[in-house]
This record gives sequence, structure tokens and C-alpha cells, in this order.
Amino acid sequence: MRLTYPTNIKIIRVPCTGKVDILHILRAFEKGADGVYAVGCMEGDCHYSSGNFRARKRVAQAKQMLDTIGVGGERVEMFNMASSEGPQFAEVAVKMVDKIKKLGPNPIKRPKPNAA
Amino acid sequence: MIVAEKKPIEEIIEDIKDHRNILVLGCNECVTVCEAGGKKEVGILASALRMYFLNQGSEKKIDERTLERQCDHEYLEEIRTVVDQYDAIVSIACGVGVQFTAEKYLSTPVYPGVNTCFMGATEERGVWTERCQGCGQCILSRTGGICPVSRCAKRVMNGPCGGSSNGMCEVSKDLVCAWQLIIERLKALGRFEEYETLSPIKDWSTDRAGGPRKVVREDVQI
Repeated sequence: MRLTYPTNIKIIRVPCTGKVDILHILRAFEKGADGVYAVGCMEGDCHYSSGNFRARKRVAQAKQMLDTIGVGGERVEMFNMASSEGPQFAEVAVKMVDKIKKLGPNPIKRPKPNAA
Repeated sequence: MIVAEKKPIEEIIEDIKDHRNILVLGCNECVTVCEAGGKKEVGILASALRMYFLNQGSEKKIDERTLERQCDHEYLEEIRTVVDQYDAIVSIACGVGVQFTAEKYLSTPVYPGVNTCFMGATEERGVWTERCQGCGQCILSRTGGICPVSRCAKRVMNGPCGGSSNGMCEVSKDLVCAWQLIIERLKALGRFEEYETLSPIKDWSTDRAGGPRKVVREDVQI
């Protein structure tokens, strides 16, 4: 297939998206990530039965938290696809990178005029 | 266990906004089990607070620590050597932990990070319900193991009252009438005739009505 997708994505492999916690997502932003997205199996196809549903809930929690603290919940997303869907993986990566570029860098990294 | 709920982060931010060095202090006991104030919640709260203040352009040091318990001297002593580094502590233990921390470290303001709700049980993950009000005189042996003090909205001792209909309480359509449960349980235990026995007037002096309470056990004192 030799598909390309943006190189500024760092893939963190987990055994199942059910492993992804709100704390992992928050830590990524704290360390300077501009956006985070979880890619899980299709709903109903989780090898561990409900891992991707748990991830969806945690992504929703992270969105809410990031909105509250002013970082922006739209910087986190969850996508579902099968492991064989290479083209979709590349497409989602492009979409997400475009979206985050439009949003700009993670606001906690921006220099603050009134910084102490 | 003691069940608590996370406070809205806006409320915590308002409390600590003028402090520079802050310790978020969790507790490994009840609040860990009810997922409101354990090590993980300390991590989430501290991370969110750090990002909020960075975004506001104010530099703050927000550290994380979780103690085995905040209601015992020996565990609270563990932070004695570091407490002076902080202008404020956000304790996400129950109200007991917050107060005990505040009593111990007099010069450091301690702010609560959770709302302490009740003594209850985990019905299922994410659902906790009240089971005990600590009235100081347990009557569960007479009521088939179901507590009318904590589970009846009126704390009726000889129920049910007229507000019970189809087994539900008039306070809420989702609230089961405790006395309905008691009757069913006594029947199941083959002790229904005991239901006819009137409960004497309860001595509420061992409850909060008698003021703050204290238990002294000379046999275990050192």
C-alpha cells in the first residue's frame, strides 16, 4: 500500500485502548502534545470485549477536563477502525493533524505576556 | 467506607489561586475505593491544575503525594519534613483527613478537594449508596439487617409511613422504602411476627444530637 501519513504523530502502542486512561491523555498535554487521539478497534469487535468503550468514555472525560482548564477538549479524539484499515488510519492521521494545526499549538506552551 | 465526590475543579482553583507552592494530598483508603481521592485522582487533579495555571501564565509548583491514610498521626507525619515547602495543601481525602491535616500543620492552609457524602457501599462500579449514619446505637438486629436510620428518609422507627407506595418512597420514585425492605426481609427470615413489636423511642443523644462524639477505649490505649 505504501501509504503516507504525517510524520509529526508519535504512536504509543497499548495492548488495548482500554488501557488508555485520562491521566495518560492529560500527561501527554502537560508534556507539550498539541493533540491526542486514541485509535481503537471497531465497536463490538474489542478482543477484550469492552476496552474500546472504556477508552471512549475516558476520551470524553479528558475532553471535558481540557475544556474546563482552557486547553480545549477538541484536541482529543477517539477513532475506531479495524487493524486492516490502513488507508483509513492514514486518512484519520491527516485529518487530525489538519485540525490540530488549525487550532494552533497547545496553549500551555505559548509564551505568556504576563508570565511571572 | 466513606464515600466522597470530586469537587468541581473551578472551586478548587478559586481556593488556591493566590498560592504558589501547592501540595495535592490524596488518601489510600475509602476515597481511593470510591475513585474520588486516591493516587490516580491526585495525578489527574494535579496535572489539570498545573496546565490551568500554565495557561493563565502563572507559575506554580503543584506536587503530588498520597498517604496511606490521612486520619492517623503516623501517616500524616510522613509529610512533616516537606510541608514547609508548600503555601497550601489541597487534601482530597474525606472531611476527616482534611481536618486532621489542618490540625496537624497549623501554618499551612488546607483546602478540601472533594465533597464528603456519606458512609456507604459500592452497589456497582460508579454507584454508591448510603448504608449507615453512625447513630451510635445499632438496631440492625431488630430490622433484619436493613437500617431505617440511614435508608428511610424520615428515619422512622416503626414504619412504613403513609408515604410508602408500591414499595417506593414518596421522596423519590427511585428510592426504595426501607420499611418495605425490612418487612420483606423479616418475612424471608421467618421472623415477621417481630415486626409487630414496637421499637422504643430511640435515644438520639448518641447521634449528632448529642454534639460531636468521642470513643475512648481504655483497654486499647497505651
